[in-house]
Amino acid sequence: MRAATTLFLLSFGLGAAAVPDSCISCHAALEEGKGPASTIKNDIHIVHGLSCADCHGGDRTSQDPEVSMSKAKGFKGRPARTDIPKFCATCHSNPDYMRKFAPRERVDQFELYQTSIHGKRLAAGDVKVATCIDCHSVHDIRAVKDSLSPVHPLHVADTCGHCHSDKERMAQYKIPTNQFAEYRTSVHWQAMTKRGDLSAPSCASCHGNHGAKPPQVESISEVCGTCHVLFEQLYSRSVHKAIFSSAGGGGGCVVCHSNHGIQSPDTKMLTGSASVCAGCHDAGTPPASTAAQMAAWLNGLDAALENSDAVLKTAEKSGMEVSEAQVRLIEGRENLVKSRLALHSMQPDQVRIPVDAGMAIARETLYVGQNALRERDFRRYGLGVSVILISLAILAIRLLIRRIET
Amino acid sequence: MSAAELKEKTLDWFDERTGWRMVRDLLDHKVVPMHAGTAWYYFGGITLFLIGVQLFTGVLLLLYYRPTVAEAFDSVRFIMTRVDFGWLIRSIHSWSANLLILSAFIHMFSVVFTHAYRRPRELTWLSGILLLGLMLCFGFSGYLLPWNQISYFATKVGTDVAGTTPFAGPALARLLRGGEDVGAGTLTRFFDFHVILLPLISFGLIGFHVALVQKHGMSTPSGIPASKLSHMKFFPNFFLRELMVWYGVLAVLGTLAAIFPWELGEKADPFASAPAGIRPEWYFLAEFYTLKLLPSHVWIVEGELLGLFFFGALAVVWVLLPFWEVKPGGERRTRLATGLGVFLVFYLFVFTILGYVK
Repeated sequence: MRAATTLFLLSFGLGAAAVPDSCISCHAALEEGKGPASTIKNDIHIVHGLSCADCHGGDRTSQDPEVSMSKAKGFKGRPARTDIPKFCATCHSNPDYMRKFAPRERVDQFELYQTSIHGKRLAAGDVKVATCIDCHSVHDIRAVKDSLSPVHPLHVADTCGHCHSDKERMAQYKIPTNQFAEYRTSVHWQAMTKRGDLSAPSCASCHGNHGAKPPQVESISEVCGTCHVLFEQLYSRSVHKAIFSSAGGGGGCVVCHSNHGIQSPDTKMLTGSASVCAGCHDAGTPPASTAAQMAAWLNGLDAALENSDAVLKTAEKSGMEVSEAQVRLIEGRENLVKSRLALHSMQPDQVRIPVDAGMAIARETLYVGQNALRERDFRRYGLGVSVILISLAILAIRLLIRRIET
Repeated sequence: MSAAELKEKTLDWFDERTGWRMVRDLLDHKVVPMHAGTAWYYFGGITLFLIGVQLFTGVLLLLYYRPTVAEAFDSVRFIMTRVDFGWLIRSIHSWSANLLILSAFIHMFSVVFTHAYRRPRELTWLSGILLLGLMLCFGFSGYLLPWNQISYFATKVGTDVAGTTPFAGPALARLLRGGEDVGAGTLTRFFDFHVILLPLISFGLIGFHVALVQKHGMSTPSGIPASKLSHMKFFPNFFLRELMVWYGVLAVLGTLAAIFPWELGEKADPFASAPAGIRPEWYFLAEFYTLKLLPSHVWIVEGELLGLFFFGALAVVWVLLPFWEVKPGGERRTRLATGLGVFLVFYLFVFTILGYVK
């Protein structure tokens, strides 16, 4: 409370500290704690020392509404929905002004917004589309990194979903409303919410934020490649690139992995009833057989590494020192990842290289693990023999004592 | 010259130069009192045996161990994985260190409960207490040497506690760490303490302690009627029995080392966060847990400081036991000494368990 008061006073500047803000005082009285006057204290603009009048105009020093909200004093009042982006851009597109508060902040949001579907529709008079305040809120705007902000990475999908999951609202645009529900089943959502990885993608990562629009078919792989760089490079050189990127080709990565509901990839995608390859390649054809072959290699490597891991864990639980082999096994796992990566080239020879390297590590670590288990057994047999010998020695001493004492 | 004459002449030659027959005569005349509590005498011998095991295995470990931050952990791993029977030597060294301290504690309490510290054995008691302290120092310094995550952070906690000692705390912490924090300097000096300084002091003190035991003989608990007391020759009768016990201890050590090899852990990373539930070795756990229980401040005094003051006062009372317990009006003081011993056993037992569980 004290901090908020200090902040509030600071927002007026030292010279004006003694002058009450008539916007706040009057609106607080009128709204009875339910309007902007009560929420604005946490707004980033107030925190940075700005006041209501800096956006809405007027004279906040006058207690007379006729003066404080007079056009002569520059009072703009509530902007029309179509004017909101320009209203915010007054400051946010001004690099000189923004530099005073956030020197690293971008100032091209308005330009980007105008290129977005939202911006274009708004310009055409559709006031139902999102403007700045629909995503950032109004009078309670917080920094993006503030976890309470609706555009904090953890909340972006919720914020977009607020409109895009609304069937009634989306009906007139004829776009689906299941994106948010699908996204919540995806590996990206898992990474964001379960692992707490705030760099994991949400809506804006692929669609853009201020310039939001769906990626075009030919650019989908570029979008995914922003993060999955190596996958995109191999895919771009593969036979699939030209086919998927063509009209009616489906659009790159999403053909196999889908878009919003991306699941953890599995070799089941290559062969069997859940195969995505089967969508284009009939069973028994050379491409389907190659996919099945590559799946078998990957499954074989995975199983071999699992087996080595299990043996090493058993050895470790028995107190054997196998940490070096366990570190080596991590390199084996890296080869499995490389194999999955190489798969995107659709070149079996390229896949075979990391598979062979991984199999060699699996064999090597298995050997170490099995040796450790043999060593454990040797120690236990050795212990048994030693205990027997020690018992015999104790017995011999006991007999010696008896002989001495009789 | 017959063989018997040759043997006798050779022995005479050696006796003239070394006086070895004096030792033989001493052993011939040394006796051990036989009573219900004779078994407690074995713990002194077990402690001595385990010190021998530590010396033997420690020398072998030194063949491969490298006391630098860059090499310590890897050299211990090398011992555990590549050196023939290195795992056995290191595991026995670690287990033996723990059994040694346990045995030394049992030996100390057996002395207290049989009041064997009384005149003329005050110096035997004092040297024994000092030896126990040295064994704890051995444990504390040796714990860091593998330079793994647990030992690194446990040493940080341990030296932090030492740093709260009134007046000398900061200087003591710097002396132990060889700097402001646990690092390369700490490892080198802990190694120095562990293999040079502490052994040098210990060997002298062990010699002194054993010589005093030899001089005064073994103490007989008061209150045993002479009719119920008999004696056994130390050599060979008692010695052979002690040898049987040593073999038994060796079997226990081998079993522990083979079934529960001493783990290596992860290499120390000073930039990593401390592992969860970090705590010192079991023999410091009761004190550690007590300090944890204390509030940050009791009136104007820091809780930890108060705890250290309490332990310090208790240690002084304990060390001076032979001097205050035998004053006139001794019955009450004897009961007080026994009560203090019972309290300490109970306290150490309960708080060590609580320290593990909590």
